[in-house]
Amino acid sequence: MEYILLFVSASVVNNFVLSRFLGICPFIGVSKKLDTSIGMSYAVIFVMGVAGIITWIVQYLVLNPFKLGYLQTIIFILVIASLVQFVEMVIEKTSPSLYNNLGIFLPLITTNCAVLGVAILNISLGYGFAKMLIFTIGSAVGWSVAIIIFSGIRERIELSDIPFYFRGLPITLITAGILSLAFMGFSGLVK
Amino acid sequence: MRLSVLFEGIWKNNGVFKQVLGMCPALAVTTSVKNGLGMGLATTFVLICSNFVISLIRNIVPSKVRIPVYIVVIASFVTIVDLIMNAYLHDLHKVLGLFIPLIVVNCIILGRAESFASKNGAADSIMDGIGIGLGFTLALVILGGFREILGNGSILDINIFGSSYNPVIVMIMPPGAFIGLGFIMFLINYFEKRKRS
Repeated sequence: MEYILLFVSASVVNNFVLSRFLGICPFIGVSKKLDTSIGMSYAVIFVMGVAGIITWIVQYLVLNPFKLGYLQTIIFILVIASLVQFVEMVIEKTSPSLYNNLGIFLPLITTNCAVLGVAILNISLGYGFAKMLIFTIGSAVGWSVAIIIFSGIRERIELSDIPFYFRGLPITLITAGILSLAFMGFSGLVK
Repeated sequence: MRLSVLFEGIWKNNGVFKQVLGMCPALAVTTSVKNGLGMGLATTFVLICSNFVISLIRNIVPSKVRIPVYIVVIASFVTIVDLIMNAYLHDLHKVLGLFIPLIVVNCIILGRAESFASKNGAADSIMDGIGIGLGFTLALVILGGFREILGNGSILDINIFGSSYNPVIVMIMPPGAFIGLGFIMFLINYFEKRKRS
């Protein structure tokens, strides 16, 4: 039960994009079309899951025993950058079709603050391995749900008549605000 | 020439308003002017230092590994800022929390390293760092002010509307960040496009 609550809390109540503001750049940048945002979601769920596990292991098996906590930021970003590079190479060799679909998004993920954010949050919230796993997956799923809903809305906005000066970014941001307002309805669901 | 680099950074190449980069910290920490200012200045410091170092090493680093090298340089300065702020500005550090280590993945910094510092000399790169940093700070202060005035009825913790004002609390909550920035972008659009036509 505790794990289910943690999952719900990470994915909808404290949604990564709409209430924690992590991963906004790709949220606004690649949400113009539904297909691309679904592709991006797969990539993010995968990279966040693997990065969460590796950074957790690095923190507890390397940084803590050697008292190197102050190097956390540098080590984590290096782990994530090299992981993304590695994943890109593996996917390119094993599954070219998946690579063609994800290809352009993979390098972008390095600078997606959601990945580094979840790695640091896992440590600062003091989660054990099982909780870390649930929290990471929950956050990644929450991020994906938000971007998929948002790209669906944006596809419809394209077709509607927007006042001239609101076209482009202003209406996109205000839509995100309203979506965030809707997600606030979940607050209080889980403490 | 050098001064023009500085002024271009503040408005024409403004990271948040014009290039739509660095949105995460811009939206997350701007619940008040003070937080926006703290975050902006911390980012400015990192930007100036990383631009300087990267412009010095730009001819030594092979182009294939340049991005990881830039990230390590940026992460080192972020660690310095993180430790200094934790020691001397502990309250602000607590409020900004997660977003201080996340300066590493602020696209503005890596963007300037790649598009300016890796092609220009040290002096120009420092000027660019100052300009872009101040532009980012300006954006955060404007957004922070907008949200603090509407959401709390105060500016820099000084009450300006008196006690009869009923604050729009949603402006200092997460949705207010998106909506506030949306309206600021609208105003910028409005004035710039109207001037042109």
